[in-house]
Amino acid sequence: MKTNKKTTSNCNPFDFLTEEIIFTILDYLNDDPFSKKSFSLTCKALYSIESHHRKTLKPLRAELLSRTLHRYPHIEHLDLTLCPRIEDSMLNVVSLACKDALCSINLSRSRFFTNIGLSSLVSSCFNLVEIDLSNGVELNDLAAAAIAEAKNLEKLWLSRCKLITDMGIGCVAVGCRKLRLICLKWCLKVSDLGLQLLALKCKEIRSLDLSYLQITEKCLPSILQLQHLEDLVLEGCLGIDDDALSTLQQSCKSLKTLNMSHCHNHSHVGLSSLINGAENLRELTLAYGPAITEDLAKCLHTFSGLRSVKFDGCLVKCSGVRAIARWPHSLKELSFSKCSGVEDDSLSFLVQAHKELTKLDITCCRKITYDSVDSITSSCRSLTSVRMESCSLVPKEAFVLFGQRCELIEELDVTDTKIDDEGLKSISRCSKLSSLKLGICLNIADDGLKHIGSSCSKLKELDLYRFCLNFQCLHSSSTMFKP
Amino acid sequence: MSSENPSFTDFNLQQRQKQRQKWEDAMISPPFGGFNQASESGYLLLSNPNNQTKILDHQEDGKSTGTLGSNKVQDWDPRAMLSNLSFLEEKIHHLQDLVHLFVGHKGSGLGGQDQLITQQQQFLITADLTSIIVQLISTTGSLLPSVKHTLSADIPNGQLGGHPFPPMAGMNCSPQPQNGGGSKVSDQSSKMDVAGDCGAGQSHFIEEHETKEEEDADEGEYLPPGSYDILQLEKEEILAPHSHFCTICGKGFKRDANLRMHMRGHGDEYKTPAALAKPTKESSSDPVVIKRYSCPFSGCKRNKDHKKFQPLKSILCVKNHYKRTHCDKSYTCSRCHTKKFSVMADLKTHEKHCGKDKWLCSCGTTFSRKDKLFGHIALFQGHTPAIPVEETRGPAVLSDKMDGKEASNKGRKHKFQLWLSCCRKWG
Repeated sequence: MKTNKKTTSNCNPFDFLTEEIIFTILDYLNDDPFSKKSFSLTCKALYSIESHHRKTLKPLRAELLSRTLHRYPHIEHLDLTLCPRIEDSMLNVVSLACKDALCSINLSRSRFFTNIGLSSLVSSCFNLVEIDLSNGVELNDLAAAAIAEAKNLEKLWLSRCKLITDMGIGCVAVGCRKLRLICLKWCLKVSDLGLQLLALKCKEIRSLDLSYLQITEKCLPSILQLQHLEDLVLEGCLGIDDDALSTLQQSCKSLKTLNMSHCHNHSHVGLSSLINGAENLRELTLAYGPAITEDLAKCLHTFSGLRSVKFDGCLVKCSGVRAIARWPHSLKELSFSKCSGVEDDSLSFLVQAHKELTKLDITCCRKITYDSVDSITSSCRSLTSVRMESCSLVPKEAFVLFGQRCELIEELDVTDTKIDDEGLKSISRCSKLSSLKLGICLNIADDGLKHIGSSCSKLKELDLYRFCLNFQCLHSSSTMFKP
Repeated sequence: MSSENPSFTDFNLQQRQKQRQKWEDAMISPPFGGFNQASESGYLLLSNPNNQTKILDHQEDGKSTGTLGSNKVQDWDPRAMLSNLSFLEEKIHHLQDLVHLFVGHKGSGLGGQDQLITQQQQFLITADLTSIIVQLISTTGSLLPSVKHTLSADIPNGQLGGHPFPPMAGMNCSPQPQNGGGSKVSDQSSKMDVAGDCGAGQSHFIEEHETKEEEDADEGEYLPPGSYDILQLEKEEILAPHSHFCTICGKGFKRDANLRMHMRGHGDEYKTPAALAKPTKESSSDPVVIKRYSCPFSGCKRNKDHKKFQPLKSILCVKNHYKRTHCDKSYTCSRCHTKKFSVMADLKTHEKHCGKDKWLCSCGTTFSRKDKLFGHIALFQGHTPAIPVEETRGPAVLSDKMDGKEASNKGRKHKFQLWLSCCRKWG
């Protein structure tokens, strides 16, 4: 700890500040990079304190990495997504500079490194806990074997690493015993064998992403036997179908989130077989999957912890919606985005049953009219997010109801609807509004925006696609918009 | 006297009985009988053109020139030699007489009417000559210093060779079966076969290479000890490179077929289809006697004197067993440079599969299939798949090298195609 010792008789107040205190102060400046920069430029002491304080780094240029890491020796999180070209030599530099301080590194947007660089990185940085190698299309099994040397690794992303095969995954499974999260999306060469080994060796896995892998039900028994599995993504796993799922006997009690989107090979039968025994299931995503029928809704009846369901792109039957309404547990998030078959009656019935809805997505539900919006806004007072893009049958009077009844709304997407200034005026009463999307809304004008601008102080996102801007409007409301 | 292993006397008894049966068989097929009988038949030939009846006559005598007694070989060697020599003497006299006869016939019957008869007689004489020569050669072979082994003369397929002498190289005369007395004699391609090999000679075409399993695993079949004959070849015979010998020039061949090909060079009579034909197994009136073989190596469990004797099933089995078990391994695999073999066929089989295991574990074990490797890794701590260092960047082809498990499911194949197109869009 160095502090400036002035030769004058004045006591330097900075002498009383220990490094920890200054670190705490600097923590408050985390959101404000310019302030930190000013701080560091004050004097050498503060410069050195700031250089020891910084824990995350997101460099823009890889060439300056060695100098940067020299200045900041205690980097724990290195985000290299802004550097498209990272070569083995640079990884070598990182490994030598950061050594055991480095905990996480993000190489998802970088190319041109190979297993040699990874090997040197992993050998020095033995505290490495997270590695993001998504989009590593040139990484092969040797790279995976290099990763396997990181014994403390807990989170590993290997999305789109198409050359990695079961052999590489086998090495990782045996080497990284503490693995908690692994994402193998689009790793096409990984098959049941590798996953079985992974499930066998890495017992701590909490989150497993197996999207678009060509796997069958053979790996599921061992996966479901993972004691701590909470998050399972089986998006696009076309090799798994009803017959296969019905043979499953294992159940995963710890499962909280399940995503089986883009799997049209199974129906509620397979689904119920898969989630059998998952008492803690909280989120279920079945986008572009089986039809939402009464049977499907019935098989979800018993999951009392279910709070969020997403049925994007599915064919929805009225009977199914009514059956959802009869669930004993109250939903918080519901998505019928781009579903065909959502109608006023059933939707109204549903929202009256689930009064605690906070997020509702009815994008492209073109049959929805005023009655639905009326029911929604009257029943679900605590809505925070509503998306109703392209609900073209909803008249402009309906939007007034949002402002009148749902004052907690934070996100509202009314793209391509008939909303007008009256509606905007009403919505401006929602003081917590932070995101508003008004693209292709032909009926709005400056007036409405003025109201929004003046009242919604927390607004961060405003989408005015195809809106004819009037300069006067901007001038009057510009003071309310923060950059 | 039914003991576990047939005693020596029983064995001999069986031998004698067998041989008698064989000689009776000979009535049907080859006109040239066993050595001892033929020796007399030479005399009888002169009087009666029908060879077969001669043999019959002789057989009814039931006489054997004391050669059967040579089954008790160990004690009777000098006597056997003597009898062989006297036999040879007789044969040579026969030969002389026949030649005189021939000269006589030539001299006299040159008239037109007699020509037919002369020709017939000439045929017969030539046939007799050939038989005598054959017998001479085989008997001479028997005179070579021999080890005291009992030799079987089994020639199932109707060939005769009831030769009780223990020949060194096993020179047994087993002439081809002849059909019809007056037919062409020229198709007699008599060859020297290793005793007992005649039987296996047919099977050489098909099963030249017997696998090890057939030799060892006899569990499928249980033969009560008295129901089969045990034959034992000598070490030299087993290890002999050639089993078939040309009667004319003495050249050795491993195979009967090769010998027949060679015989074509010795005259037109060997070029006929009948001479070149594979000697087929003729149906014998006698139900097939089961023969089993014993290994000559003392102490081997395939040796008939062993407490837990397990017989071998054929001559080829004997050869393979002896080479594998009692000879040193001289052939080395050219790929792995570690495995050695004594039988060439075993080496070839190994080389077919050597280096096929591609899946390698960090402990060094290789596996032929991926799932075996993963099963192994799952069992042990610390074993990882070993990735070969010279792995080149594979092409990012989606459809290459998928496990047969997915691809084999026809119902999913269609979905897979669909899915592939999605991958191309998004991958």
